[in-house]
Amino acid sequence: MLEIEIDGTKLTVPNGTTVIEAARSIGTHIPHFCYHKKLSIAANCRMCLVQVEKAPKPLPACATPVNDGMKVYTHSDMAVKAQQGVMEFLLINHPLDCPICDQGGECQLQDIAVGYGGSSSRYEEEKRVVPNKDLGPLISTDMTRCIHCTRCVRFTEEVAGMQEIGMAGRGEHSEIMSFIGMTVDSEISGNVIDLCPVGALTSKPFRYTARTWELSRRKSVSPHDGLGANLVVQVKADRVMRVLPLENEAINECWIADRDRFAYEALNSEQRLTKPMVKQGGVWLETDWQTALEYVGNGLKSISRDYGADTVAVMATPHSTVEELFLLNKLSQALGAGSASVGGRYADERLAAAQQGAAWLGQPIADVAQSKAVLVVGSTLRKEQPLLAQRLRQGAKRGLKLAILNPADDELFSAIAAKLISRPDQMVEALAGVVKAAAELKQAAVPADVAAAEPCAAARGIAKVLVDATAAEGDRASVLLGNLAAHNPRAAELAVLANQLAAITGATVGWLSEAANTVGAQVLGLTSGNLLSKPRKAVLLFNNEVEFDSHDGQAALAAVKQAEMVVAFSAFKHGAVDYADVLLPITPFSETAGSFINMEGKLQTFNGVVKPLGDSRPGWKVLRVLGNLLASEGFDFDNAEAVRKAALPQGESGVAAKLSNTVNGVAVTLQAAATGLVRMGEVPIYQADALVRRAPSLQKTRDAAAPLAGLSPATAAQLGVAEGDTVKVQQGEAQGSYTATIMAGLADGVVRLAAAHPTTAQLGAMFGSIQLTRA
Amino acid sequence: MTVYVKGVVFDGVDFDDPNSWSIDAYIQRGGYAALKKIIAEGITQDAIIAELKTSSLRGRGGAGFPTGLKWSFMPRSFPGQKYLVCNTDEGEPGTFKDLDIIVNNPHALIEGMIIGGYAMGITVGYNYIHGEVFEAYERFEAALEEARRAGFLGDNILGSEFCFQLHAHHGYGAYICGEETALLESLEGKKGQPRFKPPFPASYGLYGKPTTINNTETFASVPYIVREGGQKFLELGKPNNGGTKLFSISGHVNRPGNYEIPLGTPFADLLEMAGGMRGGKKIKAVIPGGSSAPVLPGHIMMETTMDYDAIAKAGSMLGSGAVIVMDETVCMVKALRRLSYFYYEESCGQCTPCREGTGWLYRVVDRIERGLGRPEDLDLLESVGKNIAGRTICALGDAAVMPVQGMLKHFRDEFLHHIEHKKCLVPGF
Repeated sequence: MLEIEIDGTKLTVPNGTTVIEAARSIGTHIPHFCYHKKLSIAANCRMCLVQVEKAPKPLPACATPVNDGMKVYTHSDMAVKAQQGVMEFLLINHPLDCPICDQGGECQLQDIAVGYGGSSSRYEEEKRVVPNKDLGPLISTDMTRCIHCTRCVRFTEEVAGMQEIGMAGRGEHSEIMSFIGMTVDSEISGNVIDLCPVGALTSKPFRYTARTWELSRRKSVSPHDGLGANLVVQVKADRVMRVLPLENEAINECWIADRDRFAYEALNSEQRLTKPMVKQGGVWLETDWQTALEYVGNGLKSISRDYGADTVAVMATPHSTVEELFLLNKLSQALGAGSASVGGRYADERLAAAQQGAAWLGQPIADVAQSKAVLVVGSTLRKEQPLLAQRLRQGAKRGLKLAILNPADDELFSAIAAKLISRPDQMVEALAGVVKAAAELKQAAVPADVAAAEPCAAARGIAKVLVDATAAEGDRASVLLGNLAAHNPRAAELAVLANQLAAITGATVGWLSEAANTVGAQVLGLTSGNLLSKPRKAVLLFNNEVEFDSHDGQAALAAVKQAEMVVAFSAFKHGAVDYADVLLPITPFSETAGSFINMEGKLQTFNGVVKPLGDSRPGWKVLRVLGNLLASEGFDFDNAEAVRKAALPQGESGVAAKLSNTVNGVAVTLQAAATGLVRMGEVPIYQADALVRRAPSLQKTRDAAAPLAGLSPATAAQLGVAEGDTVKVQQGEAQGSYTATIMAGLADGVVRLAAAHPTTAQLGAMFGSIQLTRA
Repeated sequence: MTVYVKGVVFDGVDFDDPNSWSIDAYIQRGGYAALKKIIAEGITQDAIIAELKTSSLRGRGGAGFPTGLKWSFMPRSFPGQKYLVCNTDEGEPGTFKDLDIIVNNPHALIEGMIIGGYAMGITVGYNYIHGEVFEAYERFEAALEEARRAGFLGDNILGSEFCFQLHAHHGYGAYICGEETALLESLEGKKGQPRFKPPFPASYGLYGKPTTINNTETFASVPYIVREGGQKFLELGKPNNGGTKLFSISGHVNRPGNYEIPLGTPFADLLEMAGGMRGGKKIKAVIPGGSSAPVLPGHIMMETTMDYDAIAKAGSMLGSGAVIVMDETVCMVKALRRLSYFYYEESCGQCTPCREGTGWLYRVVDRIERGLGRPEDLDLLESVGKNIAGRTICALGDAAVMPVQGMLKHFRDEFLHHIEHKKCLVPGF
């Protein structure tokens, strides 16, 4: 510990603390622009110059480490003169356009200029004008306002992993820009908007729509991935205008992913469903809630009576709240239809039965990057879990060994210690090889069902990484299963093997939960089974767009089309217009109270931030009325909190008791090397849920581009396909035509063709067999 | 034109002989004897550094930091790779001495670097050569190849355990890359921008490893010191200003060129060696140490000796030894305008005071030169200068301010005349 005196206040700080951190710890604010606690020190803005005893010149507080006995003066004559001098320099070329600047009111330059700037300028020369840059559909630029703090540059390099923004040119001609002709494509790019201390980088979708002081700030929770990023939703006149991160070091730190930030555009979309609608004689008619719900109630009653209750299927997506899923499940059971399902994208029926609890991360989010080694099995990590990928990246910089077992060697912008690239239908055999290699390294018993595995060099490499990482007492490692594992037709076997590997190496097994409430759905007892595998007479779809939210979009669509009655609870007019009989407008997360349980088992509750749009109603209210209408007991709830209490009587502690990644009763059956082509049908980042699908700016990003048919160089050569060729793809009866692309790092024999996209929804199973020919 | 008067860097070089740079010629005039002596006699690292300290050799790049002290900062027992870097990125306006060294006596530099590697336990070195001098770069590469073939560079030098690899690197002409940490960034393949110090290169240098950086002339002085002894070197100059020094004389003299003379030589003698003032004109001002050094009036210079301490006492810096001589026909406003333009163009743009301030200084001086100056502009220039100096990441900010301060200190009247009369005090301008 070091002793330091700041403006006469004595304090002790740990070795390595900088003056700015020490000052902050006692509430002394030192003005700064380039310093940011999550970024490397640049010391380029010079705003934080302070006087240090015995130093002949003022020193930058951000870059000056505390020495024992140091005396610092942050407001002395020398310090203030230096700060005022810097402020003047920052302002001479900064335009005086605050009245038309989106940053106005939340601008660090504006704020600090009030404290340290002059009331008029001594600069009477020509001012600098800098051309704006096209950074893509999310970030708007006014580069003349830039003060060259390089926070954005450092963010892209250090946090997002690839330097997509840089400072080109020299001296006064320095300009912040992307690579020539390129945009900023990171999945967490929007954070540069928050980081920019001036109005140089602002939100393109938000631009000119409101002044910051007109907005009220309301807390919420991201409804997208399983991380549960904390949000500040900013509202004006009952309309969500903007979303910002709410700092929570344990979950999202101070960042949010672009989908957390920009998906709000969908909330105000033209496609919002605002009135209950019933189809009569092939024509959609708007109606009132009473009529619509009575129609649904009567329909369900008569179908149950005529065909039996087990012909009803109730299906939601795990983006729905705890309250909604609890009531939906209760309704399904009250109807006699068994548990509702959130497992549309799951293909392995064995998994739900074998799981001994709600599958979760197995540890707190913040602990993941503290592991010595992490093996990620089956995940497009950056796209599935943008912020967790970022955490792992920071961990890797500190020495965490990251290993992957995946069908594709996607760029993670992290050092990869070991990797095994395997086709989706051989991932079980690949992981079995890792298990066997680990057992051999540890001289432990090889589990019987992997005895026949033949570990390849890559499998041995991964095993060594995990075994080495856990060699020392107290060192931890993790085996994390992503969506490509969860959606795999052999997911249960992968889960068994992950557990075996963990048992051998002492690692922790975890699932990278797909959606905001994937864990919650399991805690509440919903199933992940595929309810459409047998013909149904009635289907209730809650937030579920079967063509996008199913493992086999084609089969699911056929199944709902043959049903007698399909009821779609949705915030949007979606594909159900073609196959549903009733559309019930429920609200998105912003217009209802609710809660999500994130991947670490944390129950996060939020309130609606705006009123329901039109006649739409919170899902839990609609289900309450429908429950009562069907004359079932126990649907009388006054508010969402009452629903939550019924759903989770013990609150978060009750949740913890239900978390488990143990799987029982599934045998691993190793198969011979696969032949033929297999599909890798991941869910694209901006097709994952109903909101992102309808957020126009996200849909303009490169990540939202129409899927291409990816082939490894060897497979492409075998099929005689070249980059850019048009290819015909067939899965069963379904077919489509796509542009081929050659992907180095993709497993041979794989056709990588994303699912859940309008151009691929008519195809078959996400990881099914597939044919491909040159058109 | 290079004139060897009495010194160490060009000791024995025959400037009329086109092969005088070669290794054979160098060995013939006593080259590599120092290295051989070290290996043969097993002279210790400490002894070499002690000899340097005795010699009072000071960094020839401009800052004048004692070389022996710098070498002693290098962590001797550091377990990983350490680096030795030579700064031949000679970009200071008025300076052209290092170019002459790598063209005319490259092996003195190579031998000096090998000795540096030996003294600090470093096995890899780089020479970062200025961007626009391709022929000189090629000459240095040729010399490196000669040294490798002769067994002075590479593994097990002269049959000893000592290994040292030396590589040449070509810069691309940015002035800022002469700043040692910007040079390191550039050498690493990054944009040449200075790093914030501390940490200093001795603890966090090239690729984050301990690194010692010296100027070309500094290294080239080392073989002499080892061969002849630090005391002899010191005695060539004067106390605290040991040895001889190269001065690049440019401007209004009859024979501009490099002159290697003992430190402490009167400026008047140096001017005479350079053939005196061109056209017999009167001396008006001298920038004694490269464009970053404050200008001094001619009459002050005529009473000053050429060494670190005397020039500092006169109010300027010896710097890199670039002596820019100006006669009575020079308009000081115009001269400052050119100097300020240089710093404005060469600021790397990283930190605020320099990026914004150098442009401001230039624009105000330019305005005065164009007859649009205001009386308050001179105070403004001084005030802006104060806000830059001492507040930047590297010394370029200070370097941009010093010419302004020097000019206003000694030639304020000329600036006022420009402002008042919208024209130059000097006839003909």
